[in-house]
Order: sequence, then structure tokens, then C-alpha cells
Amino acid sequence: MIRIQHEDFDASRETAALIGGRTDVGALVTFSGLVRDVAIELEHYPAMAQRLLEQLEADACRRWPLKACLIVHRIGRLEPGARIVLVATAASHRRDAFDAAQFLMDDLKTRAPFWKREFHAAGPRWVDAAEKDVDAARRWR
Amino acid sequence: MRLLYFAWVREKIGISEEVRARPVAVTNVGELLDWLEAQGPGYAAALAQRRLVRVAVDGEAVDCRHTISDDDEIAIFPPVTGGAS
Repeated sequence: MIRIQHEDFDASRETAALIGGRTDVGALVTFSGLVRDVAIELEHYPAMAQRLLEQLEADACRRWPLKACLIVHRIGRLEPGARIVLVATAASHRRDAFDAAQFLMDDLKTRAPFWKREFHAAGPRWVDAAEKDVDAARRWR
Repeated sequence: MRLLYFAWVREKIGISEEVRARPVAVTNVGELLDWLEAQGPGYAAALAQRRLVRVAVDGEAVDCRHTISDDDEIAIFPPVTGGAS
């Protein structure tokens, strides 16, 4: 399931809803990304972002035997310490859940049309894409 | 064609979207970027560093050789920076 929203999320409530009632899940991995140091504003291309995250989720479900999968990505202005993104993967075994969650975060960073602007004391600044993120995504190819 | 601009591409061009008639000589994404770059100082500033410009047609990432047509939605933007550290 994919959601793009302004509102905050509660990771434990989200995962409870994701796997509620299931008895075949042995491993649940959740990753929460937080705003570090300075406030940010997240801009996105709505139609493409939704579709791309759905594609990533489908890719992950093809590569690993996932029981359930969730991506929540926030947009708009977010203060330091705020939650930005939630990835949750559920599988029978921990390796699949860990790997799928890492794949989703790595590919999301380099492919999903979101752009971050940081609010520094000297003024706002668009964040540059990092080479290390491209390298991180490449290892799943 | 409907052109969408995001992040600093949007800021430099000064608008978030516009509808333009496709010139006959513009048949692919590379030619579109060359033509747009000559449309004014904002366009030139946004597209000068071509290495930092990404394009999606109807929501799919494409390269400079991708053929475009009159009813395409063409988004032009910097490398993406979503997610978290």
C-alpha cells in the first residue's frame, strides 16, 4: 500500500493495521526516516510519485516473498525531528523483510519524484542528490 | 504539449506549468530542452547544467532520445531527493 500525505503517521498503528489478524508473518521490518538538523519542505510530482512508489512496491513483492508492504511518504514543510517516510515490510523470515525494506528505501531515494529544500539560517537551499545514494540503489540491480 | 517544472527548475523558469505548441523541429526530449533553453533567461538558467536536468513523459522517466508528441505531459526537474538519510 502507498500513501503520500501531509499528515504525520504513527508507525506502530500503521504496522498493526498492515498485519492485523495475520498469523503467517514471522518478521516485520519498519524504517522511519526523520528530518535531521534543519526544517525542510518536500515538493513532489503527484501522479508520477504515486505510480512510481506503486511500481517499487510491485518490484519488491516480485523479488521477495512479502506478506505485506507499506510506504508512507510525507510532503510539505517538516520541522527537525519530524517523520518523513515510513517503509514497512512483512515476511515469513527476517532476511526477506530486511532486504526488501532496504531495497525500497534505496530505490525510492533515487527514483521517486520528491525534492527537498532545507531552511538554513542563510536562507533556503535545494538539497543536491548524493552519489552515494545512486551507489546504494545500484547494488540491487 | 503540457510542460511541468519542479523544484529549482520551477523556480528559475518562474512558473510551475505551461502549455506550448510543439515546434515542428522539436521531435525528441533533447531537442525540446535545446529549444526551451532559448526561450528566455529563466529557461537558460534552469537548463544550463544539462547534467542536472531530468525529464519524465507522462510520468515515466525518459532520456534525451525519447520521441515526444503534441499531447504529451512533459515534466522537467532536478535529480530527486526524497526519502531520508
